[in-house]
Amino acid sequence: MLKGKKAKVGIIGTGNIGTDLLFKIQRSELLECSIFAGKNLNSEGIKRAKNLGINTSFESINAIIAHPELCDIVFDATSAEAHRVHAPILNKLGKFTIDMTPSRIGKMCVPYLNLEDCLSEANVNMVTCGGQATAPIIRTIEDVEGNLNYVEIVASISSKSAGVGTRNNIDEYTKTTSEAIKQFAGVKNAKAIIVLNPAEPPILMHNTIFVPLKKAKLSKLWTQLIELEKKIKKYVPGYKITNRPVIENNRLIIMNQVIGRGDFLPSYAGNLDIINCAAIEVAEAYTRKYLIH
Amino acid sequence: MKQILIIDSTLRDGSHAIGQQFARDDISKYAAGAEKAGIKILMVGHGNGLGASSLQLGFSKLTDREMLKTAKSQLTKTKLGAFLIPGFGTIEDDLTPALKLGVQVVMVASHCTEANVTKQHVEYLSGRHITTYGVLMMAHMISAKKLLEQAKLMQSYGVSGVLIMDSAGNMLPEDVRARISTLAAGLKVDVGFHAHNNLGMAIANSITAVRAGAKIIDGTSRGLGAGAGNCQLEVIVAVLLRTGYKLDLDLYQLMDNSEEIIADIMKRPQVISSISLTSGIAGVFSGFAPHAKRAAKKFKVDPRDILIELGKRKIIAGQEDIILDVAMNIAQKKKVVKENAEIEALI
Repeated sequence: MLKGKKAKVGIIGTGNIGTDLLFKIQRSELLECSIFAGKNLNSEGIKRAKNLGINTSFESINAIIAHPELCDIVFDATSAEAHRVHAPILNKLGKFTIDMTPSRIGKMCVPYLNLEDCLSEANVNMVTCGGQATAPIIRTIEDVEGNLNYVEIVASISSKSAGVGTRNNIDEYTKTTSEAIKQFAGVKNAKAIIVLNPAEPPILMHNTIFVPLKKAKLSKLWTQLIELEKKIKKYVPGYKITNRPVIENNRLIIMNQVIGRGDFLPSYAGNLDIINCAAIEVAEAYTRKYLIH
Repeated sequence: MKQILIIDSTLRDGSHAIGQQFARDDISKYAAGAEKAGIKILMVGHGNGLGASSLQLGFSKLTDREMLKTAKSQLTKTKLGAFLIPGFGTIEDDLTPALKLGVQVVMVASHCTEANVTKQHVEYLSGRHITTYGVLMMAHMISAKKLLEQAKLMQSYGVSGVLIMDSAGNMLPEDVRARISTLAAGLKVDVGFHAHNNLGMAIANSITAVRAGAKIIDGTSRGLGAGAGNCQLEVIVAVLLRTGYKLDLDLYQLMDNSEEIIADIMKRPQVISSISLTSGIAGVFSGFAPHAKRAAKKFKVDPRDILIELGKRKIIAGQEDIILDVAMNIAQKKKVVKENAEIEALI
């Protein structure tokens, strides 16, 4: 146990997600980044990390294979495809792995819903931004209304915050999100839609949840959603439920917005912020439980 | 003789006009009529394409599968087409099953600035030798030069042509000329145009597109479509014939399809209502009209205020949920203004 010290963390993938994670770790009282590894020697991410005095490598996962003692926790911020290769390697090395891609290999984790259950896993998947933002709300609707047959979510994000990863894997994004909703909320059928909006200034991440209902316990829902917002705000400060639940055209409608913390990515990138905040929450909880007393 | 490909989107975009409620009989009858008229490609499905039947956009009466199967059974020479917007439909759940049902042509669409979300889907289709068109929606929102960059991406993924959609019915002929001529000069593949009639420009814009180099025109019988409707198919065909284009289509049959089949399906005349006109001016998606009308009623605001605000916020096709957000906000502000006025009156 590392009394009084910080847990050592590796990041693979030096794009937007990886760099924002690095910035968040810099602020953490429990974590420190001991290796920041990408594939390209001259990537912007590597340069930025070097300037911060971080140990970097352009050998991606091989940097950790060569020096397993470098870290106890690994964030994989590459792609679903790459993670399929990385997952068994990291498992063998005994690293607690937090997967930022929509690979669906490890146990899906939304801290508000199942943080504790995930800490004994070897590999934890952070679902998608839409899943992080909406699964807790849908779980609440299921708890209040019960027996939901179908739920739909629409995630609007700014074009600027949607990187190549999201764009090339847009099918995986919607499928992983709907899987997470089904799993976490116990809903039979779920559909996820994503829209990229190029407006300038960029739009904030916005999610709408639709449930086919003619009537609902609206004030009870509202009371619980206020509580939910408070709890999620503890790890995602910019999380907000933007409307009182309403019924329109036989649909229960709840909307939410995520304003980013503006660590590395600007505040409009709430979509990237929420998944990263959730991942840090997992890493810190793991650290508290197993690494530092 | 100059050749133009006419794509018939009546059973796809037309479904916006009837709340996505095409019945089996409607589809059978119209598909048979299209075949008879010599239509080359008949698009069929939910107005927003495969996998778009949803609470967000409205559920179709029939599943995608039922619609495609019904149409397919009436077609021999006419090719069956499907539409897909990545983010709504996926390869696994929607495209693969559609191809199994006999879909021969697919349009893969994105908002005009987001062409790279279509890569996965276009490559999947062109790898299977399916005729694939790229579609850039809401094309009034960016310049000709930027459109060309996006169209070139689609070309690099393997499309047979790129269509631009004036989804808001906002363009004037000069806007069309600038965009189409730039694309026609800059692309190796064919260029097409899809019009909406919110400003009464659908036919004028379509003929302008052809003169500027478009080889593909997309329209619907009787103009059936979102908002003020689309480019009226039988009219643009007549106009093109009069202009000297050779079209291998039976004009009388197209007129009959309109008069005898679509007239019965249409719920209201395809006129330019105040809401459609407003959405044309605001430059918002034509398909927003029924949603805005409904939200306006629920939250007691003017639907035109909603559309203008959506335009200001640059909300794009597919973001129908934001209509509610805007309606609630306007209602809230109205309330605040009223309360302020009451407080001021007290002072």
